[in-house]
Amino acid sequence: MTRVLIIGNGPTAHRLASALTDKGFTGTVTILGEEPRGAYDRVALTSYLTEGRDLAYPEISGVEVIKGVKATSIDPQAKTVNGTIPYDVLVLATGSAPFVPPVSGRELDGCHVYRTIDDLDAIRTSAARATTGVVVGGGLLGLEAADALRGLGLETHIVEMSPWLMPRQVDEGGGAVLKRHVEALGLTVHTSSGVLGIEGHEKVTGLRTPDTLIEAQVVVFSAGIRPRDELARAAGLAVGERGGIVVDDGMRTSDPAIYAVGECALHEGQVYGLVAPCMTMAETAADRIMGGAAAFTGADLSTKLKLLGVEVAQFGAMSGALDVTYLDPVSGVYKKLFVSDDASTLLGGICVGDAAPYATLRPFVGAALPAAPSDLLFSPVAVELPGDAPVCSCNGVTKNDVTEAIKKHDLTDVAGVKSCTRAGTTCGSCLPLLKKILTESGVATGTGLCEHFAHSRAELFKIVQVRGITTFTQLIDEHGTGRGCDICKPVVASILASLNNGHVLEGEQAALQDTNDHFLANLQRNGTYSIVPRIPGGEITPEKLIVIGEVARDFGLYTKITGGQRIDLFGARVEELPRIWRRLVDAGFESGHAYGKALRTVKSCVGSTWCRYGVQDAVTMAIDLELRYRGLRAPHKLKSAVSGCARECAEARSKDFGIIATEKGWNLYVGGNGGFTPRHADLLVQDVDTETLIRTIDRFLMFYVRTADRLQRTAAWLQELDGGLERLREILVDDVLGICADLDAQMAAHVVTYADEWRATLDDPVKLSRFVSFVNAPGTPDPSISFTTERDQIKPELLQVTSR
Amino acid sequence: MTWTPVCPLPDLQPERGACALVAGEQVAVFKAHDGALYAIGNQDPFSGAFVLSRGIVGTRNGEPTVASPMHKQVFSLVSGVCLDDPGTVIPTFQIRVTMGMVEVSVK
Ligand code: SRM
Ligand SMILES: Cc1cc2nc3c(=O)[nH]c(=O)nc-3n(C[C@H](O)[C@H](O)[C@H](O)COP(=O)(O)OP(=O)(O)OC[C@H]3O[C@@H](n4cnc5c(N)ncnc54)[C@H](O)[C@@H]3O)c2cc1C
Ligand code: SF4
Ligand code: FES
Repeated sequence: MTRVLIIGNGPTAHRLASALTDKGFTGTVTILGEEPRGAYDRVALTSYLTEGRDLAYPEISGVEVIKGVKATSIDPQAKTVNGTIPYDVLVLATGSAPFVPPVSGRELDGCHVYRTIDDLDAIRTSAARATTGVVVGGGLLGLEAADALRGLGLETHIVEMSPWLMPRQVDEGGGAVLKRHVEALGLTVHTSSGVLGIEGHEKVTGLRTPDTLIEAQVVVFSAGIRPRDELARAAGLAVGERGGIVVDDGMRTSDPAIYAVGECALHEGQVYGLVAPCMTMAETAADRIMGGAAAFTGADLSTKLKLLGVEVAQFGAMSGALDVTYLDPVSGVYKKLFVSDDASTLLGGICVGDAAPYATLRPFVGAALPAAPSDLLFSPVAVELPGDAPVCSCNGVTKNDVTEAIKKHDLTDVAGVKSCTRAGTTCGSCLPLLKKILTESGVATGTGLCEHFAHSRAELFKIVQVRGITTFTQLIDEHGTGRGCDICKPVVASILASLNNGHVLEGEQAALQDTNDHFLANLQRNGTYSIVPRIPGGEITPEKLIVIGEVARDFGLYTKITGGQRIDLFGARVEELPRIWRRLVDAGFESGHAYGKALRTVKSCVGSTWCRYGVQDAVTMAIDLELRYRGLRAPHKLKSAVSGCARECAEARSKDFGIIATEKGWNLYVGGNGGFTPRHADLLVQDVDTETLIRTIDRFLMFYVRTADRLQRTAAWLQELDGGLERLREILVDDVLGICADLDAQMAAHVVTYADEWRATLDDPVKLSRFVSFVNAPGTPDPSISFTTERDQIKPELLQVTSR
Repeated sequence: MTWTPVCPLPDLQPERGACALVAGEQVAVFKAHDGALYAIGNQDPFSGAFVLSRGIVGTRNGEPTVASPMHKQVFSLVSGVCLDDPGTVIPTFQIRVTMGMVEVSVK
C-alpha cells in the first residue's frame, strides 16, 4: 500500500488530500503541519480578525493529520522525514513565508508578519495597547493588513517602495485612483518610500523612512513572500536561484519520489502567490500519484478582490499595443483595456473602483472582442461567453463544465453548481457568473416560486384576487403541487393578508406563517423572541417609556434602542409573550410588526414644531403615515421617514418611501434602501399638498404589493420595472393603466379593517394556546435557554452546535 | 418500549409543529395535511437552538419536511436527514395515537 506523506498543512495540502480521497486513492495519506491547528482558509484570513470567522476546512475522513510538528529533515535514500516517518511518495506543500527586510529593530516587540492565525492573534494583542500602526508594503496583502489594522482602531500608515499602490496589479493611473480611495478612508499612504529602520527599545515606538519618522507601536511587514524551500534545499533537491522548489509539469521535483505543490513550487521559472494555481497543482499531483498524466501548464494570474471596500481587478496582460481608458475621478472609477494593434483582440485589463469588466471580459482574453472597446468600458453590454471560457479560475472550471453539470444533474441553483463542479467554492468572485450561466441555461429564468408553484408572486396575487381564493389548500390544490414549503407558504400568507383575509393566525393561515409571524415576535439565536411595540414616528410619552422600562425589568429582558427610532426588548420565551403583551396592550401599545413583511417604521425628524429650520410638521406627518399603513402586508418589509426640511435628518431618501418637506408642501421619494444594496430614493412627485401626497403613497404601496416578487424591496422592484420611474409616474399619477381607483379602494379597505394583531390574539384563547414551550408541560420553561450578564443586562449563553 | 402521552390528537394543528418534553428529551411532533404523524428531535443541529417544532411544514418531491425557522435548512420528517446537507441527520422517534392521545417513544 502506497504511503503518501504531505509536509505542510495549508490550502494546497488540504486540496491534495481531498483530491486523493475523492479519486478513491487506496493508500494512506498523512499530513504533517507545523501550525497548531488543522488546515484553514488562508485567503479569508482577515475575516478571522474582522468577523471572528471560523476558517477551518472540514476534516477529510481517512487522512491522518499530525498538527504542531515541523518537518526538519528529509532522508531521500531511506525515504523518511525527521528520521522516523516513512514515506513512499513525499509531497512538499510548505507554502511560503513573508519576507522581512533586514532592517534594524525588526525583532522588537510590536513587529509582525501577516500569514497565520497566530500572527493575527499576536497583532490583535499588540494593537490593544497601540494607537498607530504601519504596514510595510502596499501590495495586495499589505492593503489587506492595513485594513485589518484600521479595523482594530489604529491610525494606519502604508509605506510602499513603488510610486503607486499595488504595482503588480494596477498601473500608475489605477494606482492614483486607488490611493484616493484609501486616503478617503483615513489611511496615510507613503509611496516611493522605504524603511530605514524600526525605532524603540524592546517595544516598537516608530518607523523611520527616508523622509520622516512615523510614530507607531505596531509594524506589519508585508513586503513580499519567499517560498519555503529550506527542507528541499537541505535534502539536495533542485531549487531556483531566487528560491522555489523546481518541479516539472507533473509537479515532480528532481527526486522522482518527491513532489512539490503550492506556493513553494517553482514551475517554468515562476512561483505562484495565488491560491487558484496552487489548487490546480494539487489536482495535478493527485492525478500523477494515482498514475495519471495530468499536467500543470502555468496559470493565469488574474485577480479580483475587494480591498478596503474598493474593487480592484486585473486580468490578462498589463500592457498592449493599444489601450482604452475610462476614468471617472469623482466616483473613483478607473478601467483600462489593453488590445492588439488592430484593436480586435483583447489582451488584458485593469479595473479600480468597479470590477464589472473582470467577470464579463476576462474570458475573452486572447480572443476577439465582443464589442468596441469603448462600449465595453462605458456602458456594460451583455456579452455571451464562449463555451471554453474559464469561469472559475480558482478551480479551473469552464463554462462548458458548468452547463454540462447543469444538464447532467438537473441543477437549479448556485449551490448545486458549487457542489457538482467545485466552481465558486474558493474565492467566490465567480458566483455572479455562475448565476448568469444558470439563467442562460434556462434554469433560473423560470419565474416560478418553488417546486410547488410555477407562478411568480405577482401571478399568484392575481389568481388569488380574481378567483377570490381564501385558503392555501384551495390555491395549491387548484394551481400547484405538493403541500408547499418555507418559500411559498409565507408568500401565500402575505397575499392573503394583503387582500384582507383577517387575522394572520386565523385558521389555516397560522400554519403558513414563518415563526416570527406565528409568534408575532422575532426569533433570536437562542430560540427566544424579541418584542417591538409600535412607537409611531419615534414619538413617545414619558409614561409609556416608563411602562416599557417596567415590563423589561419585570421580565428580565435586554433593552436596546433600535435603528428605527423605537425600543426592542429581547430574550422572552414563547410562554412569556402573551403576559408581556397584556401589559403593553393595556398601556396602549400595539404590535410594531418588526416580525412581519409589513410596514416597519416611519421615522421622523423633530420638524417645524421645534427645529429652527423646519418648514413642515414632520412628526405629525410621520405619525399619520405610520398609523395609516400599519399592518399592511407586503412582498418585503416597508420603511419610511419624514424630514422637516432639505437637511434630511430623518434619512428619508434611504427609505422605500421617503417624504421631505418643502416650502410649498412635500416631495415624495420612492425606491430607497439601506441594507445589502443601498440606493437613494427617486423623486416621484414634487411640492404636493398633503392629500395628493397620501393618495400617491397609497397607490405606490398597493401597486408594489400587487406586482413585486417575493422578498423584493421597492428599490429592486423599481429598478426592474419596465419603463422605470417615468412609467411609475404615468401609472400612479396619470392613471394610464386605469387601475388607480382599484388601488385607492384597496388601500381604503386596508385602513378601515386594520386591527392590532396582538390585542386580537390576547382576546382569543385558541390563538393563545400556542404560546407554550411544551404541549405536555405548559408551565415548564425551555431548559436549553440560559443567560449570562453583560453591562448589567442579560445576554444569551452560546448554544452547542451539533453540525457544521 | 415506553410510550409517553403528549397531547390529545385534535390539539395538534395540521402542518404546524408542537414540542413535547419526553424523558428529558425535546421532541418536535407534527401532524401532516393527510393526518400522518411524525416525531423528530427539536434541536436544530446548525444553530444549536431547540426550535424545529416551530418551522414551516411542507413537502419536497413528495417527502414531508420541516424547515428550520433559524436558517431554513430543510429536514425530512420521515428520516431526519437534512435534505440540504445529507451528511446531517437528526433523531426521529416513534409516534402513535392511543385512544385519541398522541404518544411518543424515545427509547
Ligand atoms: C433591531 C434592529 C437593529 C437595532 O438594534 O437597531 C434590526 C434588527 C434586525 N434586522 Fe434590520 N434592524 C433594524 C434596523 C434596520 C435598518 C435601519 C432602519 O430601518 O432605519 C436597516 C437598513 C434600512 C433598510 O432596511 O433599507 C436594516 C436592514 C435589515 C436588512 C437588509 C434589508 C435589505 O433590504 O437589504 C435585513 C434582512 C432582511 O430583511 O432580509 C434586516 C433584518 C433584521 C432582523 C429582522 C434579522 C432577523 O431576521 O432576525 C433583525 C431582528 C430584529 C429583532 O429581533 O427585533 N435588517 N435594519 C433595527 C430595528 C428597527 C426597528 O425599530 O424596526
Ligand atoms: C492575508 C492573506 C490574504 C490572501 N488573499 C488571497 C486572495 O485574495 N487570493 C489568492 O489567490 N490568494 C490569496 N492569498 C494567498 C494564498 O493564501 C496562498 O496562495 C495559499 O495559502 C497557498 O497555499 P499553500 O498551501 O501552498 O501554502 P501555505 O498556505 O503557506 O501553507 C503552508 C503550510 O505549511 C506549513 N509548513 C511550512 N513548512 C513546514 C515544515 N517544515 N513542516 C511542517 N509544516 C510546514 C506552514 O506552517 C503552512 O501552514 C492570501 C494570503 C494571505 C496571507
Ligand atoms: S430635517 Fe430639517 S427640520 Fe428636521 S431636524 Fe433636520 S434641520 Fe430640523
Ligand atoms: S474564481 Fe475563485 S471560486 Fe471561482
